Amino acid sequence: MPPARARREKRPTDRAVVCIINQNPRAASGDAPAPPPHPPVRPSERRLPPAHLAVTGRVIQVRDLTKRYKKSEVNAVDGISFDVSEGEFFALLGPNGAGKTTTISILTTTLIPSSGSVRIGGYDVKSQSNEVRQQIGIVFQQPSLDLNLTAEENVRFHAILYGLYPWRPSYRLMPAEYRTRFKELSGILGLKAEMFKPVKRFSGGMKRKLEIVRSLMHRPKVLFLDEPTAGLDADSRRSLWEYLKVIRVQTGATVFLTTHYLEEAEEADTICIIDGGKIVSFGSPTAIKKDLVEEYLLVTPADPAALSRELDAMSIPYAKGPEFKVALNGRTVHEILKAIETPLLSVRTHFPTLEDAYIAVLKKSDAPG
Amino acid sequence: MHQVNAMMAIAQRDFMNLLRDPARLVSSLIFPLIFILVLGGSLQASFGDGNFNLMTFTFTGVLAQTLFQSSASGIISLISDREEDFSQEIFITPISRYTIILGKTLGETMVALPQGFALVVLAFVMGVGMTIPRALALFPVALVACMLGASFGVIVLSNLRSQRSANQVFPFLLLPQFFLAGVFNPINDLPPALNFFSSLAPMRYAVDLMRAVYYAGRDEYDRVVLLNPITNLAIMGVMFAVFLAIGTALFVRRERNR
Repeated sequence: MPPARARREKRPTDRAVVCIINQNPRAASGDAPAPPPHPPVRPSERRLPPAHLAVTGRVIQVRDLTKRYKKSEVNAVDGISFDVSEGEFFALLGPNGAGKTTTISILTTTLIPSSGSVRIGGYDVKSQSNEVRQQIGIVFQQPSLDLNLTAEENVRFHAILYGLYPWRPSYRLMPAEYRTRFKELSGILGLKAEMFKPVKRFSGGMKRKLEIVRSLMHRPKVLFLDEPTAGLDADSRRSLWEYLKVIRVQTGATVFLTTHYLEEAEEADTICIIDGGKIVSFGSPTAIKKDLVEEYLLVTPADPAALSRELDAMSIPYAKGPEFKVALNGRTVHEILKAIETPLLSVRTHFPTLEDAYIAVLKKSDAPG
Repeated sequence: MHQVNAMMAIAQRDFMNLLRDPARLVSSLIFPLIFILVLGGSLQASFGDGNFNLMTFTFTGVLAQTLFQSSASGIISLISDREEDFSQEIFITPISRYTIILGKTLGETMVALPQGFALVVLAFVMGVGMTIPRALALFPVALVACMLGASFGVIVLSNLRSQRSANQVFPFLLLPQFFLAGVFNPINDLPPALNFFSSLAPMRYAVDLMRAVYYAGRDEYDRVVLLNPITNLAIMGVMFAVFLAIGTALFVRRERNR
């Protein structure tokens, strides 16, 4: 049994993906036993939500969300609806100006929607913004650390603002409980002495990790990451990503990610692609690839006319060119090759990457009509 | 209690930033010193007489102006912060927007006061008649000047959209007040139109109260001080309350209604 399926069956909150606008009906049910596009997940990395979250709760509910900025003639976000389940890893993709930042701003209560509703952890973002803020942690696109303060001071500041501990003028005077939690989180970060040094000496990757530690202090139900790896070098990106995996396993937090890097979204449970403020594709990475990009064979027949006759007889769709492009349409490569009698001079297979799917989706959404 | 803790944390952060960046304190003293020593010194040399020291006059004006301006511009910095760095973190925490403004007001006051303190210490060697009882008496006035400046910052902030507009608008709101408030120039006998604008300038009341305390018991008191200190305090109290209430309400509404 392929590892992907094994993983899915063990998940207690195997969710039904819900998408209301522009939904591709097949996208939601694409649990094909195809091998995963990324290496199999080791058992230790299995993303099981903690027991108390193992009910099938929807932690984010977005309904007909629309935002039109003042003095604008078009909707930045145009009637989108989707749900995110507890413990899910959800990725929001889209080109620049698609409405990602607007969406995440509304979800994180820093912007009021024009219409529609958003509930986070059951609270309404418009009328119960303080309750929502208590439920969420955010890592912004722009670093939001105070560089003059030490790492610990940044974390302490955050903890006090979230009402976790009373204000005290220094670390030593803070309650023991705070110091324990602080040490625990900085342990995950692999830092000790550095936590008492000014943040301005930190590298870009370290700053990002510190922001994640900070955003986890108040044990949020949902962690929003707005392009967290933008501006980081490859090494820092990888290390941050590994670290995020650990965090997800340990806290079971729902992760809501926006990113430009498609390979990061490949790991997501659900991908939502928006363009022009509308959802243009929604589903698991596998399903999106399957539905939106054809898988096909490129073959060069010794006798084109003979291959045409053969394919026509079997009603296998194809396109003629220097090579024949033969759509798989659910058949395996093996089945098709076995069925063809005409000698073939060359055979190539085409399986889409998520990037192919992404570009295909955007092209489709830009096409007139 | 949560809100009070949060307010203290916000205020402490502003103060810590000043401590970590002592160069900022030094550079913030350069303009006041130029005003007092160069402008005040040259005014005194040209127009001063034995009874009326223009350097002392300038010193008291600049002290109030520095405190007022420092806390006002500190508050305005919330705009740039919100756009790029740290304050976006403050804005997504579950605390009241009013707490943010109050904490910031307190914090910027704590940042402005050391500047005032440094000026007062330097005043002992400037020859402006500084004494220890006077220095102590100035402290509450300094606090009032900072609070008023911060509330002025809040009302300006609530009407600005971006750092760019802040950079363009703020000098126009501040610089005329230097002259309307009589920081360097006596404003006892202004023409009615100018006097009208002068009475609208919040800085005027801070400067006047500063002088009322500094010149208390001196012969020049009547020539220098415009209003009774109690009247001054009452006007400033009303301005502070109105600026803070309206400014915060507008700011809170604007912040999310883009």
